[in-house]
Amino acid sequence: MTHRDALEVLAARRGEQVVVTTMGSVALWPQLSDLPLDFHYLPSSMGQGVPLGLGLCLARPGRGVVVLCGDGGLLMNLGCLVTAAQYSVPLYVLLIDNGLYEVTGGQPVAGAGRTDFAALARASGFARVYEALDRAAWEAVAETALAGTGPVFVWLKVEGERGKPTPSAPRPMAEQIARLQEALG
Amino acid sequence: MPNPNEIVSALCAAGFTHLVWIPDSHLGTWEPALAGSPLAPIRVCREGEAVGVAIGLLLGGAKPLVAIQCTGFFEAGDAVRNAVHDMKLPLKLLVGVRGARAAKSGTGRDNCPHFAQRLVEAWELPHAHFDPAEANANLSAALATLTQTGPRALFWSE
Repeated sequence: MTHRDALEVLAARRGEQVVVTTMGSVALWPQLSDLPLDFHYLPSSMGQGVPLGLGLCLARPGRGVVVLCGDGGLLMNLGCLVTAAQYSVPLYVLLIDNGLYEVTGGQPVAGAGRTDFAALARASGFARVYEALDRAAWEAVAETALAGTGPVFVWLKVEGERGKPTPSAPRPMAEQIARLQEALG
Repeated sequence: MPNPNEIVSALCAAGFTHLVWIPDSHLGTWEPALAGSPLAPIRVCREGEAVGVAIGLLLGGAKPLVAIQCTGFFEAGDAVRNAVHDMKLPLKLLVGVRGARAAKSGTGRDNCPHFAQRLVEAWELPHAHFDPAEANANLSAALATLTQTGPRALFWSE
């Protein structure tokens, strides 16, 4: 499964949820969706995508939030899984695991290919955990995974791609924030 | 010195809707008062993460306060930079400064007060100091500095 495959499956099933993108997903998601509820967290503080999503859920009870995070970012802030698991909120963490720091040129992350992220999520308290090795497996569980009680953790293993340009958000941060807040009402 | 119930009441009166925190030995004494208040704390694992949660709360229209210890403020630097300078969000921090009272009296050996001051200046974060043990300590006035427009930090002397 490519990174784009993973996002295409999400785009086909995403409802009224906020979608928060980070790192490599910032470059791809605008090709698939350009809604006011899309928020590209860039420039970012690496590893803070999931906390940001949790904060949105707590500020807006009932509003679903999908966070697209990378394995490098999640590894910088694994405690956020323990934090998020404390709350019964519709937070959907989609881990795009390519084993690489893609934006910096494709260096392997620590423990690339050896880390069991599904087990980490379960051990952190996530009751709903899904994993998909390929597009067909992701398509088979996506509708279920992206609905219902959260938090939910989805481990999507994607092909590592080197040589991709550094992503940039399609709009300045101030415009993104205003657009999101207007959409949230 | 204001007691924990008075402090929590003042935080609620200041308009904060959420408290994201990792307590230190002083802030931790507020726990029983927080438990029965509208500011039931959001417990996180690391201080940078606290700022990340606050970013989401702010985007969602809430008015969070991040309460952390000074060593955690050191750790949270990149998240503070991102919230305040990249995103231009009105981040509010209450930072317990270990050893601040001793430093003020010239008897301290803890380097936390020194580096807390240097770092809040480095991050260009408007800030004020409050020592609850001072005879004329005015908690409401101190919290009023936090609720001014834009990002703010309040250094809470310990």
